[in-house]
Formats: sequence, structure tokens, C-alpha cells
Amino acid sequence: METSPRTSAAVALPAVDGRARTLKLVGWGILGALLIGSWKGAEMRPFDLITYGGNMKVFAQGFFPPDFHNWKMFLEEMLVTLQIAIWGTALAVVAAVPFGILSAENVAPWWVVQPVRRVMDSFRAINEMVFAMLFVVAVGLGPFAGVLALFVHTTGILAKLFSEAVEAVDPRPVEGIRAIGAHPVQEVIFGVIPQVLPLWISFALYRFESNVRSATVVGLVGAGGIGVVLWEDIRGFNYAETAAVMLIIVVTVTLLDLFSQRLRKLFT
Amino acid sequence: MTAIHVGNLSKTFPRPPGGSPGNSRALNDITLDIATGEMVALIGASGSGKSTLIRHLSGLVIADRGILGKTGEVTIAGEQMQCNGRLSPHVRRLRTDVAVIFQQFNLVGRLSLLENVLLGGLGRIGFWRGSLGRFSRAEKLAAMEALARVGMADYAMQRASTLSGGQQQRGAIARALVQKAAIILADEPIASLDPESARRVMESLAQINAEDGTTVVVSLHQVAYAKKYCPRAIALSGGSVVFDGPSRALDVPTLCTLYGAQCEELLMDETLGPDSASPVDDVDGVPSLRAVGIRGV
Repeated sequence: METSPRTSAAVALPAVDGRARTLKLVGWGILGALLIGSWKGAEMRPFDLITYGGNMKVFAQGFFPPDFHNWKMFLEEMLVTLQIAIWGTALAVVAAVPFGILSAENVAPWWVVQPVRRVMDSFRAINEMVFAMLFVVAVGLGPFAGVLALFVHTTGILAKLFSEAVEAVDPRPVEGIRAIGAHPVQEVIFGVIPQVLPLWISFALYRFESNVRSATVVGLVGAGGIGVVLWEDIRGFNYAETAAVMLIIVVTVTLLDLFSQRLRKLFT
Repeated sequence: MTAIHVGNLSKTFPRPPGGSPGNSRALNDITLDIATGEMVALIGASGSGKSTLIRHLSGLVIADRGILGKTGEVTIAGEQMQCNGRLSPHVRRLRTDVAVIFQQFNLVGRLSLLENVLLGGLGRIGFWRGSLGRFSRAEKLAAMEALARVGMADYAMQRASTLSGGQQQRGAIARALVQKAAIILADEPIASLDPESARRVMESLAQINAEDGTTVVVSLHQVAYAKKYCPRAIALSGGSVVFDGPSRALDVPTLCTLYGAQCEELLMDETLGPDSASPVDDVDGVPSLRAVGIRGV
């Protein structure tokens, strides 16, 4: 009988933080305003999905059953796609090592770091599809244009990732090598690289995964691989074959992701 | 012959933003000479400038430009390492003659101990052969010999990061041996070690000094070790030399006059007997096995 009034006196709800509540409301308000403001620009017409539902059903039915008649050619082109990704990534890793070191503030002076970083920024800023279109003009249709496109774009990305790893190294072993009387290049070779190598390998494998996905689309602009087949099928309204190609891409990319993830775990 | 000459050396570090006001001068007009073959202790409480001085001697830090007409300089065996705020253009060649042993060992953790020790020769072999890591059979044998000398030959193929602090520090001494430096500078080499490891590291340094005639400068904040291993001691306080003489003269009253309240830090382990490693507690405060009377472990 005595306990209940005592507990109600001791327990009280914490004071409501008015400022936090206002901030939360403002946050939601901004998000809502953004979505509404973009509605018109994005030409959102959700009711079309219902209005033209019949057409869509017919369109979707065109994909089934997938047509695997040309499976041999599909697999060959998928292999070419993988080969584009392998060479694009390999060249990018080779280029990203010096560029990554030269854009690390703890290794290179600022007048080297800044220009190299800006060049790498521009490599990253432009999508590989754009590079693919440019290289198709430069070296002609085919996988080599795809390799070059992936090479340039991936160099920009890996150089940034590599340099971030370099900037996080423990400076003490590097100083140990410097105190020996070693050349500054040797400080990097023996003091920095052993420390960052596992991370670098992991980054390179991760970019290889992404590049397999990218290599399937550079074909859309004529830069070789399975993307070319995909583009031809879509343009020719050959949806059963399109479905088959897409399935092959999904299976290959999934398998490679799984494999590469396993491999990356070994290094980190 | 003079191995190390330091003349009017001063160093001021830019005060960190928001840092406490006060003197940010780490070294204050230091002048000293160390003769070839000496084993000298550099004594001082933390913040007294020991590490800063050692980093200046190896050309890892550049001193202030001369003030009041005095030019600060460091000469190694008669050659200028730095002078008036400028490093010598030959600093890399000079560094090969000055091996540095660091408090945190500064080995490359992911390389094997043998590879780490081999790197000690980098300054003496050609750029390309060194950069490609193509060490000769003779160099590898010399590295193994150095490891055997500090009792670490069995761990040659182990990654440096898998070794204990004391083992890494002995590996670092082996690297200094391979460097064939005439001078070894050791910056608080035993500050991160347990007493038994500390004793072995100090024994190794003393042995190299005695057998090879290598000049050894070792910074310590425990006077007991200085008295045991180094005939001469140089004491720093607030960046200035406050004592330079035989280490046995550093008795308790002298230290308390020199350091005031800080002298407690220096007198830790004052109980260090001639048989050293006995009743000294381990770093974590756990008494060593010997101290609690378990023998033969």
C-alpha cells in the first residue's frame, strides 16, 4: 500500500528536449520539400504504371522463356568481358601505385601532391562509359577501348584509395629506415609498402569486382564484351535473348563477388 | 678522437595552437663532445630534451639557425651533419655511420627479422640492388651473425611484429651492427621493456661498445642503469646540460639538486643491484617470477 505512491514520486519522465525535437521536425521538413520539389523535374507519373499495365505485361512476357540458343556465343562474350576487366584493373593497379604514393601528403611535397591529386580527381569524375565512348573513337570499336576506359577511371579511384592507406601508415618504421641512411625511395619500398600491401591488395580485388560489372556496360557503346550483345538484343526487340544474357551476367557477377570476397578476407 | 661534436645547438618547436604558454624551447644552447669509443648515458626526466638531442645527432631533425652570432652545429667524426639550420648535402652518407635505436624499435612489422636486419646495409650498397632487396650471400651471413650475437638467430624468419618488445629491440641492435656504424645512438631503448629484457639490451650495447669500440650514446631516465653501464653521464634538464661527468657522481642529493621534484622519476629502480634483474617489478606491476622466489622457470 505504501510502495505505489513512493515509486510514482521517484520515477518521472525525463524532460523533453525541445531543441532536438525542433531539429528533427526541420530535418523531415527539408527532406519532404526536396522530394516534392523534384517531383516535376523527374516527371513522376506513377499512375502510368497502372494505366499502361497491360502493355507492360506483354512487354514482360517477351522476356520469358529466356532464349539460350546462342549460349556458346554468350559465354564467349562473357569471357571477353572478364578479360576486359582483368586487363583494365591490372593496368590501373600498376599506374595507381606511383600515383597513389605521389598523392600522399606524408610522402610527397605539396607541389607534387596537389597536381597529381587533381589529375586523379578528373579521372574519377568522368564515368567509364564516357571514357569508353572517347576511346571507341580513338582506337576503334572493340574490347581494347573498354580496357582503356576501365584503366583510366580505375586508376583515379585506386590512386585515391592507395594514397589514403599510405597516409595512415605508422611513421616510425619509415624513420627507422631513414636513420640507416637509405634513399627516400627505399624508405617507401621498405618502410611504407610492406605496411600498406594487404590493404592495397584488398582494394585492387574490390575494384576488380566493380570492373566486371562496369565491363558489362562499356559494351553498350561498342567497347566490346557481353554489353555489345546486350545492346544488339535490346535494339532488335529480342527480349528472350536479352533475358538470357542478363541471367548470365547476374550469375557471373555473383560468383565473382563471392570468390573475390573470400580472397580479400585472406589479406585483411 | 672526437666522435660527436655538438656546438651551441638550440631547437625551438612551434608552440601548438591552444597549447600551454611557456617555453617551447626543446634544446637550449647545447655544447658537448663525445670521444670515439665512449659509452655515454644521456640522463633526464621526460621532456628534458634527450630524444630531441638524439634526433638532431642523426640528422632526423634540423636545429634552429644560429642566434646571437653563434651557429648551432653537429659534427660526426669531423664532418658536419648539420650547421646553422641546414642539413649537410651528404646527410645520407653520414647517417650510415650513425645507427639509431628507438624506444619503439621501429622495425618493419610485416618483414621478417632477417629482412629487417639486412636493411641495415641499405646505406652501403648500390641504389638498385638495395631497392630490389637483392642482398648477397655474404650480407645474409653477416646479418645472421649479427642476430646470433644478440641471441636472436633462432627468430630470423619470424615476422618482426610477432616478437616481444625485448626481442624486437635486440633485432634493432642487430640491424645497427649490420649497418657497421661507428656510433650507436639509443633513444630510451629500454623504456618500453621489462627489467630482464632491459638488462639484456643494455648488456648487448655494452658488449658492442667494449668489443667493437663503437661509440654508444644511450638516453635513459633511470639513473641506476646509467651508473651500471655507462662510465660517463650527461644530464639534461629543460633542454640544457646540467651535468656532465662520471655517472657514479650522480648520487641522490646531486640528482635532487638538479631536478627537484622530478628526481623521483629518475630514481626509479635505484635498487638495481650488481646482479640487476632481481627484485624489480615487471612493467605491469606484476612481480617477476624471480622476485617471488620461483627459480628455474
